[in-house]
Amino acid sequence: MRPAKSAGALSGEIRRVVLEQSKRANVGHIGSCLSVADILAVLFADELRVESPADPDRDRFILSKGHAALALYAALVGMGRLDAKALQTFCEDGSALGTHPETAVPGIDFSTGSLGHGLSLGVGAALAARMEGSERRVFVLVSDAECNEGSLWEAVMFAAHHRLANLVAIVDLNGQQALGFTDDVLSLSPLADRWRAFGWDVQEVDGHDLGRLCDVINGLDPSGQAPHVLIARTVFGKGVSYMENKIAWHYKPMSDDEYLQALSELETASP
Amino acid sequence: MRNEFADALVELAENDPRVVLLTGDLGFMVLECFSDRFPDRFFNVGVAEQNMLGIATGLADSGYVPFVYSIATFVSMRPYEFLRNGAILHDLPIRVVGVGGGFDYGHNGVTHFALEDVGILRVQPGLTVIAPADAGQARSALFATADLARPIYFRVAREDAPVPGLDGRFALGRVQVIGDGDDLAIVTLGTMAAPAVVAADVLAEEGINAIVVVVPTFNPTPIEDLVDTLGRVPLALTAEAHYVTGGVGSVVAEVIAEHGLHCRLVRCGVTEMPKGISGSQEYLSEIYGLTAQDLVRTAQRAARSQLQRR
Repeated sequence: MRPAKSAGALSGEIRRVVLEQSKRANVGHIGSCLSVADILAVLFADELRVESPADPDRDRFILSKGHAALALYAALVGMGRLDAKALQTFCEDGSALGTHPETAVPGIDFSTGSLGHGLSLGVGAALAARMEGSERRVFVLVSDAECNEGSLWEAVMFAAHHRLANLVAIVDLNGQQALGFTDDVLSLSPLADRWRAFGWDVQEVDGHDLGRLCDVINGLDPSGQAPHVLIARTVFGKGVSYMENKIAWHYKPMSDDEYLQALSELETASP
Repeated sequence: MRNEFADALVELAENDPRVVLLTGDLGFMVLECFSDRFPDRFFNVGVAEQNMLGIATGLADSGYVPFVYSIATFVSMRPYEFLRNGAILHDLPIRVVGVGGGFDYGHNGVTHFALEDVGILRVQPGLTVIAPADAGQARSALFATADLARPIYFRVAREDAPVPGLDGRFALGRVQVIGDGDDLAIVTLGTMAAPAVVAADVLAEEGINAIVVVVPTFNPTPIEDLVDTLGRVPLALTAEAHYVTGGVGSVVAEVIAEHGLHCRLVRCGVTEMPKGISGSQEYLSEIYGLTAQDLVRTAQRAARSQLQRR
């Protein structure tokens, strides 16, 4: 058994790694990674049951918003499922650790990067689990703007029709997408009602409240009559003041000064 | 062919519990043999081809061998990226069954004409493409690839016309040669083998000795067989109910060029998008020069010009 780690400790590690490696590699997607850091921390520290990487009955996790891969790598490293040395190859020539996750990286269940794909993969994985009589669960983290994709709603309908209660979708509702605020680009409102109308069990939750996230997920009934979705309200760029709710930080890398300030804010928040 | 394929799939599923079947709400009077026999392994996902491919990927990752079924156009093009980033990227054994290559759905109009499925799919190195020439070959191909640990696209015709001399032969990455001759090779995709055999018989009466080369697989593509066969004839005619670009005509062009073969190529196939024209498969085959008589005429013309060149 690996040593237990608190979700709080893991979320701090994820944020630190995201800043360090984004800076070293000089790449963006920082805001998206910070947005999901707490969700990933709860899933990886408290929720995902993974006895061994090859265990067919392990819970599955699909990062459908693949552009937050760095946060996922950080979570895997934090839980000892990925060698910390691998992080140093992030975005290096020849590395499997690009800005979107691939199964060549230990701990990654599915390769993703094209939005609107992951929930269908998760539906298939959840359907397989039910056909086999396995109690494994499937978690799929999607972005809010990903709900623009028609294919996502195909998967939503199928999961509800087949009552795949072993499937948990989490929507990272940070209200932003690449070129603007979701309300301005293509309105998703009322998002919770839309999922509910499609037959899902909907839980609205603060995506940065670790305890609440944990409680909500623990309260989901995997043998119920509907698939589950957490509409997780998050802050894009959470934890770095100048990034929060700023569209530019979807793509922008940090300058040296910005990096130092971000690190210092992180340390102040979780010394 | 599709009914025989479905019957063979039931046989396969009897012995292989990994086999499941998903359909995008198509297969009336075709798939009942499977859904009645294996109701727990059959899913009509609705009219949602992208999700169907995504689900199949998730199932295959858990050890199943999902067959996904729809009309060839719908299942090859709408979910193309799901196939690429799903079963191909993850190297998983899903089977995409596209029914109705070429003009099989002639009365349904251009949205139902699969004229580029082989072309767009064979460019994916991780996807095996199989276009059986008749039901016997389809059956052989299904069983021969049952344990292939990578994805496959099957281009399955609606109707079946047995190809004389083929006798259900199939081998992955190989051609099947019908007849004997050194004047001309007619290289065919899918069900074009049957009219090609008829054409070869007519040509033989006129002193042009043609072989028919059936190409049922791509990735692996029968490169060595094609080099061997085309190296012995001065003229090759490709015949496909498909655009002339991307399919077997392109494959043969690639082989001839890359191996420096002294073989002239004439490609028979569709050269423009058939807009505003529907009709029987026979009618459309005539329009695009794909009947046995058309192949004879094209071969005669090509052979004459070949002689003049010498």
